[in-house]
Order: sequence, then structure tokens, then C-alpha cells
Amino acid sequence: MSEFPKRAGISDILYDEKFRAWVIQFVVIMGTVGLFAWMTSNAIENLAELGITQGFGFLDRTSFYDINQALIEYSSTSTHGRAALVGLLNTLLMACAGIVAATLLGFFVGVARLSSNWLLSKVASFYVETLRNIPLLIQIVLWQSVILTLPSVKNSIDFGGIVYLSNRGTVIPEIEAGEGFVWVLLSFFVGICVCVYNMRRSKKHQLETGEVRSYFWVNVASVTLFPLGVYFLLGSPLDYTLPELSRFNFKGGVTIRTEFVSLWLALSIYTSSFIAENVRGGILAISKGQTEASLALGLTRGQLMRLVIIPQAMRVVITPLTSQYLNLTKNSSLAIAVGYMDLTATLGGITLNQTGQAMECMFLLLLFYLSISLTVSLLMNWFNVKMALVER
Amino acid sequence: MSDQAKMLPPVDESTLWGWMRKNLFYSWFSGISTFVLLWIIFELLYVFVEWGLLNATFEGADRTACSPDGACWAFISSRWPQFLYGLYPVEMRWRADVAFLLLVLALLPVFWEGMPKRRWFFVHTCVYPFEVYILVWGGWFGLEVLDDTRRVGGFMLTLIVGLTGIALSLPIGIVLALGRRSEMAAISSLCVMFIEFIRGVPLITLLFIASTMLNYFLPPGTTFDLLVRVLIMVTLFASGYMAEVIRGGLQAIPRGQWEGAASLGLGYGKTMGFIILPQVLKISIPGIVNIFISLFKDTTLVVIIGLLDPLGIGKSAVADIAWKGLSREVYVFLAFMFFVFCFVMSRYSQHLERRLDTQHRD
Repeated sequence: MSEFPKRAGISDILYDEKFRAWVIQFVVIMGTVGLFAWMTSNAIENLAELGITQGFGFLDRTSFYDINQALIEYSSTSTHGRAALVGLLNTLLMACAGIVAATLLGFFVGVARLSSNWLLSKVASFYVETLRNIPLLIQIVLWQSVILTLPSVKNSIDFGGIVYLSNRGTVIPEIEAGEGFVWVLLSFFVGICVCVYNMRRSKKHQLETGEVRSYFWVNVASVTLFPLGVYFLLGSPLDYTLPELSRFNFKGGVTIRTEFVSLWLALSIYTSSFIAENVRGGILAISKGQTEASLALGLTRGQLMRLVIIPQAMRVVITPLTSQYLNLTKNSSLAIAVGYMDLTATLGGITLNQTGQAMECMFLLLLFYLSISLTVSLLMNWFNVKMALVER
Repeated sequence: MSDQAKMLPPVDESTLWGWMRKNLFYSWFSGISTFVLLWIIFELLYVFVEWGLLNATFEGADRTACSPDGACWAFISSRWPQFLYGLYPVEMRWRADVAFLLLVLALLPVFWEGMPKRRWFFVHTCVYPFEVYILVWGGWFGLEVLDDTRRVGGFMLTLIVGLTGIALSLPIGIVLALGRRSEMAAISSLCVMFIEFIRGVPLITLLFIASTMLNYFLPPGTTFDLLVRVLIMVTLFASGYMAEVIRGGLQAIPRGQWEGAASLGLGYGKTMGFIILPQVLKISIPGIVNIFISLFKDTTLVVIIGLLDPLGIGKSAVADIAWKGLSREVYVFLAFMFFVFCFVMSRYSQHLERRLDTQHRD
């Protein structure tokens, strides 16, 4: 550039990249701020016209509506804030239940797709290809309509007097922890600690001497026999009430409602078909050389899986798996289609319609989903950096 | 060596029995699972075939024509036009048909690489959105205007929402992806915020915003058609995902391409327009098709805010007294229809992925 004569002029400034970047950014920021200001002023004007008072005061007002499944105490005389909290807990409950079921199913189907049994792998790929190509909402309402064809409460399908199945839901025994049950849990925890200690000891021993010492049975006993012993020593501090069929409904027992079951089944089955693909991809991503080298070193099939394939496959699988978990959590908002009262149905549905506070309700709703997504993605980034292959 | 000498010869796979021994009954565990699976498949097929085919009724005027222990498909066939067009006026349906035929013509050059005169057909593809607008809403060339957009429904609505979303989100997604990779901090952070917001919230909440709140942000007195609001939201939603697919494509382009363009003296616009974006778009096609598939499935959510997509038609049909209690038939039918569409598209996307993969392997 120095070979050219310097001309100080307007074109010099116009073609200066730094200057241009500043101008562009300035214009874009001003445009965005302007757009938001315009929208806000419109919103203030519109809401004033509708006579809606702004602010979150409505959360303290009485809700006047019932929620059919509440994990915490709730009635129609509770506040809107309480209703939102009930909905939030219902969303989280659905997310957790769905994630557990989808993971188990997904791993099973993903591994089954790679099975050397021809029929099993074909059935698994049929499962994946069918279920991930049917819209989730249709699966939800389909499950609901199938469950509703079950017999009525009066003619419930009876599983040995313990579990009853009807079109209003599944009734299971109610379990109540009595006094002293804390000690049983504590002893279980101690058992786990013993396992960890044994594993460390055996690893240390192996590193020092090369000899493999197995504590398998000791470990099994410390997590099963030990807590069981404590349980019986304390005189079985666990109470349960079996459901009993009275004239119109069940006495005792816990009812898992139809809405919950149909949403849960659809969500976990739909998501499991995606997880299965991720798992299959993760296992296939491990090169065959790894298997051959491990077998050549004399590792058993079990050790090969546990020490070589799974740790490496997990590295590939974890990221898509988390995004499936997030999808499941977001998709649980479809609860509204079957009447499961999650956060979208309470705060974004009935509360919004009753109070007309659309802005505040939507703000809280979006904030909830966004904070879950962003927290999980931040954790994921941290995890990925930690797990990344250290290459030379 | 002695161990190997004692080994049995490998199973002969050329006969049926040999193949079965190798692939279905190679161990006691695999043998048991084969039998269990066969039994499950048989039971399920039996139930489904008995309900859906053998005992089913395919024609009839109302519920009483159907046998009680089989599926009542007569109901679907009587409602078939509604599933296709929603409540679109009968005398205007030919316009929807023409729009659909033109759609096939518009998609041909996209998917058929060796098409003669492909360039000219692409021109048609570009003006296609305007053709749909004129045909479906009317108001031009003496076509009668549609009185209410809520009449647009059924698979017609699904196609309109899905295709609008994908077509409009492509340019927006490209801009967002380029913005995200920009060195200008303000621009990239704005794009990141937008993309993460869209990807972090469920579509249903965005649709709620479209149905309850969007009017608040516009000058008082502005009213806006619900379908247009939904189209805007679906487009924004799709562009968040599109941006990530395009960004993936951008990252896959080797640095040498940028350096080559720079050494030829090309500026940012020309580098992007002639060198980078054509390659990015080509490798992103499978990802774009995948977005389209999920968008196509997600269009069913518009039923929740009261539009009559196929599911909405189905739900209102189930409420009809003449056909009460037939929800299973409707949902099974819809599941099948969506499955066929999405399965074909996903197979196409997998085929593309495989083809592109071999081209780029070195």
C-alpha cells in the first residue's frame, strides 16, 4: 500500500474497514433499539387502551381454577403464582420421567439395531423409521385415544390387586416412608461408598502389582444385603396402602392420570427413536481397529465394551443426547393438547386467559424455557472442552 | 494350533437354513429372542390387520354402516376433501389443485440435476410463491378473493406453512449465519442472541405469541390475519435452525477457498456470492431437508391455536355426532399420511448425504 501516493480524502475514510465496521454496527444497534422502542411504545399504548394494569401483581391473586395433578398442595383458592409453580413442577416431572424412559428405550433400540440377529436389527430399524416420521402431536393424541378405550374404572383390569388399569388412569399402591426409613437410605448410601472405596483399592492394587482382584460380590452385598438387613432390623419401616375399588373410584393408592401416561408414552417413545440413532452413530464412529487392538491385547468382550468402546462412544453421543433431552423438555409443552397441566397450560394457558396479562405470562414462560436451555448448553460446552480428545 | 484344527467349518450361508443359522439362531439367546420377536410381530399384525382391514368398513353414510369391532374408514373417505383443502370453498378448489401442480413443476429443477432447460424452470421456481399467493388468496386477474384465511386448511395448510417457512427462512438463515461468524461484535452477538432465543423456546410458545400478543406490538388499530402471523412466527422459528445448518456448512469449507478468493482480489460480497455460498448451500441440502421434515411435522401444532390443519379437521370431525367416537381411525390415518411424506423425504435426505459424502472423501 505504501507504494501508492497518500490521498487524504473522503474515499479514504469510506474504504477504511475499521470505520465501515463501526458505522455498520452503529446503524444495526440503533435500528434494533429503535425497533424495540417502537414496539414497546405501541404495546404500552395498546395495553392502556385495553385497561390492563402491568406488573406481576396478578401472581398474588386467587386463581379460581383447579389443577388435576399437583405435586404440592394446591386448590382453586390458591394464587396464580402457586398455579404456575404447580405447572412448573409438572413440567419438570414430565421431563425427568420422559428422559429416563427415552434413554433406556433409546439405548436398547440403538444397540438392537446393531445386533447380529437379523430380525432384531430389522425390527429396531422399523421402530426408528416409523416413530420419528410421525408428528409427536399425533402420537400423543393417538396414545390418548388408545388409552381411553380401556375399560371404565368399575371394570378396571386388575393386576393381582396391586395395580389397576382403567381409562381414567393407572392406580398403583401408595408407599409411605415411616419413622426410621432414613436409616435404610443412609445404609444404602454407605453401601455405595464402600463400593467406590473397593473399586479404588482394586485399581491401586492392579496398578502396583498387575494382579486383578475382584470385589464384585462384596460390592453387591454392600448395596443390597446391608440396607435390607437394616430395614428388617428396624422392623420394616415402610408402609403401603393397596388401592381398593369402591363404588365410583379408588380408595387409597396413587392414580397416575391418563393425561400423564399418554404424554409420557408418546414423548419417551418419540424421543427414544432419535436417541437410538445417536447411540448407533456413536458406536459406529469407533473404528474397528480399536476393537481388534483390544482383542489382540487380550481384553475380554466385556472389558472391551466397558474400557474401550463405551468411553469413546459416550464422547460422541453425549452432545446429541443432551440436545434430545432439551427437545423432550421443550416438547413436553404439547401437554396442553391432552390436558396435562404443565407450565404452558397453567401460566401460558388458563392464567393468561383469565388475567389477560399476556406480556408477563409469556415473559415468565419464555424465561423458564430459555434458562433451562442456556444452562444445559453452557454445561455441555464445559463438558465438551473437558472431554475433547487431547491431540498432539 | 490344535485348537484351531478342532474348530468346525464355517456355516454355509448359501442355503436358507444356513442363512438362518448364521443370522437368526447363532446362539441360544439369539434363538430365543428371534422366537419372542416373531410372536410379538405376529400378535401385533394380527390385531392390526383384523381391526384395520378384515373387520373394517370402507364405505358408508354414517356410523351405523360400520361394523362395531373393526375400523370405520368410511368416515375418512367421506371427509377426504376436507382433509385436503380444509374449509376452502368448493368452487375455488381447482385453484388449489393448479397451485399444487405448479408446485411439482417448481420443485422439479431443485431435485433433478440433469433436467433440460433447468435454468428456465428455476425462474419459475423463484416466482412460484407469488403464483401461490395469487391463486390461493385471489384478488388478481379476476379471481375471486378468499373471504377468510381460516378457510385454508387440511394438507393444503400444512404445505403452505411448511413451504413458506422453509423458503423464507433460507435467506434469513444465511444472513444470520454470516452475522454470527462476523468479526463485528455487535452484529455477531445480536445474531447469537436471536438464534439461541429461537432454539431455546418451544414452538408452541411462539405460536401463542403469534395468536395473543403480536398485535400488541403494532400501532393501535392494526389487525393482522392469524394465518399471516403464524407464517411469520414459523419463518422466524425455522430461520434459527436454518442458521445453524448454514453455519455448519460454512465451517466445512476449507480455509484455502477463502485464501484463494482473497488472492484473486475478490471482496467479501463476491467471495461469498461466487465461491463460498454455492458450496455451502450444496453441502447443506441434507440439513435443509431435515429442517423441512421437522417443520412439516411441527405444522400440526397450529391446531392448538385454532387453525384447521389435518389434525384440526380430524378433531372437529370426531366431534360430529354422525361419526362419534372414531378418534383412533382419524389419528391412525393422519399418522400414516405424515409418515409417508416424512419417510420419503428422510430417505431422500439420507441418499443425498451418502452421495455428498463420497464426493468429499479424500
